[in-house]
Amino acid sequence: MGAKGRLEAGATGMTTHWTIDGVREGLAAKKVSARELAGEFYARIAARNGELNAYLALSQERAYAQAGRVDALVAAGKPLPALAGVPIAIKDVISTRGIRTTCGSKILENYVPPYDATAVERLEAAGAVILGKTNCDEFAMGSSNENSAYGPVKNPVALDCVPGGSSGGSAAVVAAGLAVASLGTDTGGSIRQPGAFCGVPAMMGSYGRVSRYGLIAFASSLDRIGPFATNVRDIATVLQVIAGRDANDATSTTAPVPDYRAEIAKPVKGLRIGIPKEYFGAGMDEGVRQKIEAGIEIYKKLGCTLMDIRMPHTDYAIATYYILATAEASSNLARFDGVRYTARAASAATLADMYRVTRNEGFGDECKRRIMLGTYVLSAGYYDAYYKKAQQVRRILTEEFLTAFGEVDAIVAPTAPTAAFKLGEKTNDPLAMYLADIYTVTASLAGICGVTVPCGATSAGLPVGMQVLAGHFREATAFRVARAVEAAVLR
Amino acid sequence: MKISREDVVRVAELAYLELSEAELENYRKQIDEILEYMGKLDELDTASVEPMAQVLTEDQAADATLREDVEVPCGLGAEILRQSPDPEGSYFRVPKVIER
Repeated sequence: MGAKGRLEAGATGMTTHWTIDGVREGLAAKKVSARELAGEFYARIAARNGELNAYLALSQERAYAQAGRVDALVAAGKPLPALAGVPIAIKDVISTRGIRTTCGSKILENYVPPYDATAVERLEAAGAVILGKTNCDEFAMGSSNENSAYGPVKNPVALDCVPGGSSGGSAAVVAAGLAVASLGTDTGGSIRQPGAFCGVPAMMGSYGRVSRYGLIAFASSLDRIGPFATNVRDIATVLQVIAGRDANDATSTTAPVPDYRAEIAKPVKGLRIGIPKEYFGAGMDEGVRQKIEAGIEIYKKLGCTLMDIRMPHTDYAIATYYILATAEASSNLARFDGVRYTARAASAATLADMYRVTRNEGFGDECKRRIMLGTYVLSAGYYDAYYKKAQQVRRILTEEFLTAFGEVDAIVAPTAPTAAFKLGEKTNDPLAMYLADIYTVTASLAGICGVTVPCGATSAGLPVGMQVLAGHFREATAFRVARAVEAAVLR
Repeated sequence: MKISREDVVRVAELAYLELSEAELENYRKQIDEILEYMGKLDELDTASVEPMAQVLTEDQAADATLREDVEVPCGLGAEILRQSPDPEGSYFRVPKVIER
């Protein structure tokens, strides 16, 4: 195994982190085979997953078969695809043919999808080795991964802290060196916030950038699939593979996918970076503020133009988001009724009873709360006051971003107001948990893209994530700006 | 108070959830607090704002042209039925449809 492509892992305790380029070089130089690499990762998982609870299912058979195909390519001297032999984990809300997919819910305890999500299909076509499925909040509803029916994930950086959510498992496996990259999903911050809490870069592409086919829906107008990895270049590589039009998702866009890796290398000098005052408000941890401000200084040194911008409606984003997301969830989760998927309550005598008892036994507390809330805001007499109102405010929030991106190339802000909080700290106060999404939900509502990139640590040693937002389909700019801070922080 | 106990019972019925007494009161309190918070949207005058029903504008969205209306075989029928708790032939079987 070559020293190149290895990054020393600090706080995670693992000795080596493979990068995508490291895997490629290792394979090409025949220093490691794809099968050996898969074996190494399964050994790491066996050693560490009991403690972290980050993987819910492993897919050894499929992984070794794929690794064997990659090794055959190497042996035949054939060109290697972009992710050849790269061990990747998939969030458990994304369908994987033949691999149990529970969405972190008891109601899908034994569900084995008969097909692959488009993103998974594209990863494998590019040579990736799917290691298994990662734990998450039930149906991606949560900001701490404590809503999983299969127990919380522990943050590998600090085991008494949450990894963030809902894609807590996908962030944790990358941070702990149990996968080279992973896929998560982001509806209101579920990629960016766990990336920040676990200290790994992660990306939410623009709405329509990545096909949602095979993603088990939470809120269809907000859900996005996106990557986690140990460095910005690797998340760009993974996005490159999974992005682009898919006939199976009518909302996936035909907008061309640029060469992200080429774009990343461009200097950031001259870029206009917007700093929104509203993202540095009350409730923000002082340690987070210091690191983000230090990060902003880096841009100044690199010759970017820093601009103070105003996003005066930001304070309305949480209310807007939780109305729209729960409304869509109540509709999407209606399909889990005991008819077509696993888990049907045995005791029910009538159809209506079967629905009720199945759903009551199958859904956890947060899912039920959101289904109730969503049903309420959509119900007769309340629709205009809540749902329609929220759709109107969504437009105001979106236009605020469009105006900002007329003046700046990217917006830089903290990903979350605090670093990772303690397990159990917010579980009894749903509203407090919702309010922690303050810096991520607005970009979700607007459909724009965003990266979180590690930007140092608090005095307690917890990672701080800087969020880089860019306009619709400006992923290349977001990567470039994130990469600049990554390079400076690592140095 | 934004939401009454009766409202919660009605919403649970609409959502096909059967809540215990303890759950009813707990959800009522929590949902009430959340709705109270959501009421802050009333501070904004949105009378002239078109509700945002689509995320992407037309020029950002996929080519609106629909694909050719041709049959594409799925071939997963048998596998899908196998996932069902009670399949029979090419059908999902359910308990009798009788109202309470």
